[in-house]
Amino acid sequence: MMKAGTHFLDGNTASAEGAIAAGCTFFAGYPITPASEILERIANRFPELHGSYLQMEDELASITAILGASWAGRKAMTATSGPGFSLMMESYGLGLMTETPCVIVNVMRGGPSTGLPTKVAQGDVNQTRWGTHGDVGVVVYVPSSPQEMFDMTIQAFNTAEKYRLPVVVLSDEMVAHMTEKVEIPEKDEIEIVDRKKPRDPPEEFLPFCPDEDLVPPMANAGEGYSVHVTGLTHDEEGHPSVDEETQNMLVTRLIDKIRKNADDILEYDEYKTEDAKKVIVAYGSVYRAAIEAVDMAREKGYKVGLLRPKTIWPFPEERIYDLAREGVDSFLVAEINFGQIVFEVERCTAGAAQTYLAPKMGGSIHTPEDILERIEAIEEGEIPQFKE
Amino acid sequence: MSIRKSRDLFSPDYMDQKPAKGAAYGKHPLDGYLRKDRIPHIWCPGCGLGVILNSYLRALKDTDIAPEDTAVISGIGCSGRAAGYVDVDSFHVTHGRAIPFATGLKVGNRDLVTTVFSGDGDLFAIGGNHFIHAARRNVDFNVICVNNFNYGMTGGQAGPTTPSEAETSTTPWGGFEQPFNLPAVAAGAGAVYVARWTTFHVEQLINSLEKALKKKGFCFIEVLSPCPTGYGRKVGLKTGVKTMNHFKENSEIDHDADLADVALDPDDPNSKIIVGDFIDREAPTYQDVRGKVFEEARKKLGVE
Repeated sequence: MMKAGTHFLDGNTASAEGAIAAGCTFFAGYPITPASEILERIANRFPELHGSYLQMEDELASITAILGASWAGRKAMTATSGPGFSLMMESYGLGLMTETPCVIVNVMRGGPSTGLPTKVAQGDVNQTRWGTHGDVGVVVYVPSSPQEMFDMTIQAFNTAEKYRLPVVVLSDEMVAHMTEKVEIPEKDEIEIVDRKKPRDPPEEFLPFCPDEDLVPPMANAGEGYSVHVTGLTHDEEGHPSVDEETQNMLVTRLIDKIRKNADDILEYDEYKTEDAKKVIVAYGSVYRAAIEAVDMAREKGYKVGLLRPKTIWPFPEERIYDLAREGVDSFLVAEINFGQIVFEVERCTAGAAQTYLAPKMGGSIHTPEDILERIEAIEEGEIPQFKE
Repeated sequence: MSIRKSRDLFSPDYMDQKPAKGAAYGKHPLDGYLRKDRIPHIWCPGCGLGVILNSYLRALKDTDIAPEDTAVISGIGCSGRAAGYVDVDSFHVTHGRAIPFATGLKVGNRDLVTTVFSGDGDLFAIGGNHFIHAARRNVDFNVICVNNFNYGMTGGQAGPTTPSEAETSTTPWGGFEQPFNLPAVAAGAGAVYVARWTTFHVEQLINSLEKALKKKGFCFIEVLSPCPTGYGRKVGLKTGVKTMNHFKENSEIDHDADLADVALDPDDPNSKIIVGDFIDREAPTYQDVRGKVFEEARKKLGVE
């Protein structure tokens, strides 16, 4: 890994270095703006680390190749942006269904379709949660700085290994291309988590039988366990089954694996929420503008705070519910889209507070003034919910 | 090609075995290679998949490659179910993606003798792009393509290998697309070993599979296979036996055939089926080439 100390890195390079620090030795990807620097950094660094960089024919191949590499026992990653992420949806589901640890970095750009390849957006937020068909539990980290691109890529690997699933680092063009100070810790200061290994001999081992934490130990290919892995609904032996009971047990566990371990996975920051009447919810690059908006609003005498999810899935549901009951009268969600997380916030308030949106089309982030204007408008009672 | 001499299948060891009390069957030469608790399989009467799976496993057994050093990857469809029956590390992945999964697995652990076992639709329609790129890279694994001329699992629809005029459930008035010439596609894309057999050519198929299992690089074997349920019933091949006879009567072995000429004549169901061990050449594998480049890079960087 990179020498410990203070570095000046862009977000994409920091993410690649985070992956290396986490023990990633396999990367498969397809060039796409604004994520290509991750591929380039990995391709440059892997020879000395004896890693495998594969440039695939498309993103369908990239995601499937990292699933294969993960079953070969490697820590594996891919990186892409919206159009590539859309292509990955099917095998993202395969990774969730087969409980395959790996990391997907999605550097969001303006959509829909080819959209604005070189500019920021946050339009893929719900896609990470609902983009693949069927019911799933997912984990998605949302970095706001190059430092967090480094830190959260390591965290993503650790969570992927601990809970056995593909974990998404949902970055955006602004964070990815911004260059800032990044502190790289000493190697022994970085916590590394590895997947649980089977404790039973091969003849007794049930590859999809979970421990109490709902996570089954994982036997890699070539270790003599003769594991069968399928995207079909499968029982604890890994055998396909069409009965409803098996479906119920499996899918419930895949969702509960995240839901019941949410306290361990969930992360969020708060800023000046102690006495806040209004709370801004912002994530990714917008979080940076929102901090300043809070201070500007405070100067004008408004009691405004900020809640910033670091994991957007799982979502800080209980915290929002509690804030709504502890005196917050309204939430303002600032996101570079036409409303995605705003619905999640509204759901969590359960009607105990008002929820407003500060929407923005892909291209640039909100300015602090944009957010402040919204705060003032809410104070004046001017804007209806969810409307421009 | 030499004809194989002995088959332990016919040895007294197996012929005289009676099933133990309560067991579905007795000792079998492929014990240890099949997941017994998954048998019987789901394939239709007359289907060729049993023959092909059996041939693969017999070849594997003959090579003495340990099952624990082997992996099988399948996509979606009837052939995709093969991964569920082999008692080795086996992966049944998304439709069309068996090859990129195998690429990741093999590059991730180069000691695994890796085989993709899938169908013509999976490998050449939805997965066609992956096939040509894996062949181009010369990644070291084998691809067995079970070509039954249609999408069997979904009810007999036309696909990329369906003979041009054939009636299928999605070409009820007759077909109008040209099918792939798979050996030519594989050779053109860079495969180092290319063979085509039918389920009638079991001995030759086992020999080819053995070669592929031992050979370094991207190896491709097309196996023409009966599908009486999905395809055959509409084109006059209503039973597996009838299709086997069709293969027997129309096949011609020509190892030196010009691959441009081995296309299955789409307009004439009785035209010759050219089979053979078409291509067997040496080329450095993906990992060999990459290893050298990375080795040079480490020298330049001054690291081990």
